[in-house]
Amino acid sequence: MSASDAHRAIDAVWRIESAKLIAGLTRIVRDVGVAEELAQDALVAALEKWPQSGVPDNPGAWLMATAKHRAIDLLRRSKRLEKKHEQLGAQLERDEAGEPDLAAAIDDDIGDDLLRLVFIACHPVLSTDARVALTLRLLGGLTTAEIARAFLVPEATVAQRIVRAKRTLTEARVPFEVPHGADRAARLSSVLEVIYLVFNEGYSATAGDDWMRPALCEDALRLGRILAELVPGESEVHGLVALMEIQASRSRARTGPSGEPILLLEQNRARWDRLLIGRGLAALARAEKLGGALGPYALQAAITACHARARTMEETDWARIVALYDALAALTPSPVVELNRAVALAFAFGPAAGLEVVDALMTEPALEKYHLLPSVRGDLLAKLGRFEEARTEFERAASLTQNTQEQKLLHERAAASAKEIAGFTADFRG
Amino acid sequence: MRFMLIVKASKASEAGALPDPELLNAMGKFNEEMVSAGVMLAGEGLQASSKGARVLFSGGKRSVIDGPFTETKELIAGFWLIEAKSKEEAVQWALRSPAPHGDEDSEIEIRQVFEASDFADVMSPEDIAREQELRDRLGTKSAAQ
Repeated sequence: MSASDAHRAIDAVWRIESAKLIAGLTRIVRDVGVAEELAQDALVAALEKWPQSGVPDNPGAWLMATAKHRAIDLLRRSKRLEKKHEQLGAQLERDEAGEPDLAAAIDDDIGDDLLRLVFIACHPVLSTDARVALTLRLLGGLTTAEIARAFLVPEATVAQRIVRAKRTLTEARVPFEVPHGADRAARLSSVLEVIYLVFNEGYSATAGDDWMRPALCEDALRLGRILAELVPGESEVHGLVALMEIQASRSRARTGPSGEPILLLEQNRARWDRLLIGRGLAALARAEKLGGALGPYALQAAITACHARARTMEETDWARIVALYDALAALTPSPVVELNRAVALAFAFGPAAGLEVVDALMTEPALEKYHLLPSVRGDLLAKLGRFEEARTEFERAASLTQNTQEQKLLHERAAASAKEIAGFTADFRG
Repeated sequence: MRFMLIVKASKASEAGALPDPELLNAMGKFNEEMVSAGVMLAGEGLQASSKGARVLFSGGKRSVIDGPFTETKELIAGFWLIEAKSKEEAVQWALRSPAPHGDEDSEIEIRQVFEASDFADVMSPEDIAREQELRDRLGTKSAAQ
């Protein structure tokens, strides 16, 4: 095995094993920063050894054994050695000497440890940026450089974020545990928020971007799927997975040959990924079966599912989408949800019904600079034959977006409206 | 990126023998491991080629040949579809599989699935043609104005 082959293999093993490794080590040393350093040390040892020896049959166990030795050394050397640690060290040695093997014991409990690690990485004492960086690093197995590239920030910024986050967790003495009771729902929703944020960052990537950005969708999906297995009884986790699977199913259809965005209703549905749609619908069914149909992620997933189920745009069950948006607006009221509800209303009950809701949003400060508001309004006005106003709205929308492809599309629509006005005038003249 | 882990057929699988319970159990555990890790998208075992058929295309003609087929080692007995970060990761997953045919020699082939992102750098001829057409149209438009 050549050195570069070995390095690539080690990278792959790290991707698979690092979260479990760090989770198991955190349980031993009770500090996620120290645990990560120990795991990194084991990785360095692998980089030294495996190019010669080849990748061992059970690379995860090898890494864990190596890291565990270092953990014992560390606990022994520590001046602040507490009695508890001494006992732990002795226990570790006994485990090492005979049965039961510690690595096996850790394996048994690995699900719990991973879940504890998820909760600690998304802990509310950390800023959102820090949660995202720590989650990708500790659970996604991404390097600091990869996270930096994906989020278009300097590597030093991400490195500092992670160092500070680990320090904050240590200083706040955040326990390595799965939250229970009243705290649990809020903590879980923080986890879901982090995962969906990562997904959206990837989903908003455009054609010219570094491939690390769209790859964030896969990272988020992987994290969501892992979480769904760790807490199978939590309906909103399945709701989030469903939402991400179905959104990801459209990725092939979302851009045209020259990178221009293609809106949902204009997408070629033959390019939607049926495998991901199937997985998404199954995850949604799981959420609903658990009684979670009205959770915010499950509702959003149910809306995307309405589109996914329709073979053509005309088949879309718009009345159901309106009902789902009604429920979502009641649960998490927001101007953006309201705007989407307006679009659904227009399709279900005609452009005038949609325009009424859109008009009510025109004074909404949160949407003042949101290009989709005038874009939607322009569309509805055009459908009602009010081309003069429509043209103004499309021009306004074009002036609000930074995306040149979208600008082009909006200018085209403005021009089309202008042409209609000219057409009418010509007719009138006779 | 997606990879297909293709399990090649064996004499036993081609004879229609079902895997023994121990192997089935080990495979079940391996599947669970890949699901828990969020990498497995799909996976199926295939029946013997004696129950299958081939459609051949040659010089504009189509013909059907029923199984079984003889080249056992090139036949497929099953597959997993997984999402991995790299070919190396896919290889690592394949290495963790139980030997697919137990004591009989087995092989898992790893192949990458084409995805839209593959065309980010190198566009397909169809996409290039479409883009050229778009450019032509834009050119016509600006010339006319």
